[in-house]
Amino acid sequence: MTRHVIAPVDELPPGTRKFVTIDQRPIAIFNVKGEFFGLLNRCPHQGAALCEGPLIGLAQSSDPGEVEYTKLGEIIRCPWHGWEFDIRTGQSYCDPRRFRAKAYPVNVEPGAAVVKGPYVAETVKVAVESDYVVVDL
Amino acid sequence: MNIQVRDLPEAAASAAAKTAIADCDIHPARATKTELHPYLAKRWHAHLETYGEHPYQGMMEGPPYPKAQPNASRRDAYPPEGGPQGSSLSFMQKQHLDPNNVVLGVLNPLRTGQGLRNQELAAAICSAINDWQIEKWTSKDSRLKASVVVANEDGPTAAAAIRKRAGDKNFVQVLLLSRNTEPLGRRRYWPIYEAAEEAGLPIGVHAFGFGGNPITASGWPSFYIEEMVGHAQCQQTALASLVLEGVFERHPKLNMIMVEAGFGWAPSLAWRLDRNWQRLRSEVPYLKRSPSEYIRDHIWWTTQPMEDPERRDHLFELIDWIGWDKLLFATDYPHWDYDEPSRVLPPGVSDTNREAFYLGNARKVYGVY
Repeated sequence: MTRHVIAPVDELPPGTRKFVTIDQRPIAIFNVKGEFFGLLNRCPHQGAALCEGPLIGLAQSSDPGEVEYTKLGEIIRCPWHGWEFDIRTGQSYCDPRRFRAKAYPVNVEPGAAVVKGPYVAETVKVAVESDYVVVDL
Repeated sequence: MNIQVRDLPEAAASAAAKTAIADCDIHPARATKTELHPYLAKRWHAHLETYGEHPYQGMMEGPPYPKAQPNASRRDAYPPEGGPQGSSLSFMQKQHLDPNNVVLGVLNPLRTGQGLRNQELAAAICSAINDWQIEKWTSKDSRLKASVVVANEDGPTAAAAIRKRAGDKNFVQVLLLSRNTEPLGRRRYWPIYEAAEEAGLPIGVHAFGFGGNPITASGWPSFYIEEMVGHAQCQQTALASLVLEGVFERHPKLNMIMVEAGFGWAPSLAWRLDRNWQRLRSEVPYLKRSPSEYIRDHIWWTTQPMEDPERRDHLFELIDWIGWDKLLFATDYPHWDYDEPSRVLPPGVSDTNREAFYLGNARKVYGVY
């Protein structure tokens, strides 16, 4: 596993997402209310750029007439066919046994740690005094 | 909501290696509300401004059911220069035609004059849409072919519109929708069939429409998902009517294409029609052959939305009944239920059938080589 530096934390404020290509893999990094998530930007259903879809919540029902709407902002909805995936895990809510989106762990690391490595940061200048968004791939 | 659209350079690079395909259901859109004005008499500019359109259906400003994605379209299909999905030729080329190696694309404009109560306005807008398809699309990209859209509820006017375009190689079919004021075999629509046969143009019958009837056979359902699956029953009504009213007996050279309504129901409809025809033949004595024979001989089917059974052999059995020579690949670009060309056909199809499915059948039925 290699750790890749995506951006300084300030460049990815809550509610934004950043698209990067690492080792020819299209990946999107999300900041959802201060938490960071990484997903392969390819829908396992028909190959759409999954991460260009909206982030919605999860409507579920334990019994007819009862609907809970949870995980607000944590469900990515494919821009083509509307398939829903949990950005924490990549789990599908349409067909969880056959399909799963690829999720990558994303963390925030202090610049001092990033400078020591082992990290790959070809396009990000790292300063010791800042924090960085880092994805494991 | 923060949405960024990123180019996918690898898509264009691999296009040349991809199989050449026909896409028999592409939806061109207007970038602005006034885009049709150059093709409409001044009278209609003022009329639209003052009175608006007035379709048979109750909901004036949109489709009868809300859609699951904006403009019922892919969220990644907004052109960079603005306007709704499907409104830019250059972006359609870049996102769809080029990377998917589409060598023949059939345009099916949906919001036209079809289904308007004001018949003069319906005819004017349809004519404008036909001019607009040439000007904005087919004259600028020879891969694209247009549909003659007609004021469907006014048979003689529609027939005149078809005759006007007869022989014009920009057009490869006449386009009707499945929801009309009456089932499509009824006499009011016969002039359309006569003119299409005369012009040598097949008729595409696309799901949707503005006929004003409830969208299912038993009333208005609650959900969009019911509209989506309800197209199959609406299309069955249209097809049964066409067969039973004798349209194909009267017009033996007329071909029709069922667009975006599925095809899994075709055998069951044909079986039921045949069984009942054996018993009730005297009610429709002008039918010289069993209903299923008319369907097999005269009907083509676009694939999107592709039938998707759990077991591959069920799909192949279904296609065996329909015929590998009668299916036409379609994506429905830019609509949200788009089928990705490389993902629709499971493994296990012969090269001959695959070529027919993706391109050969379309060339044949539309006469484009």
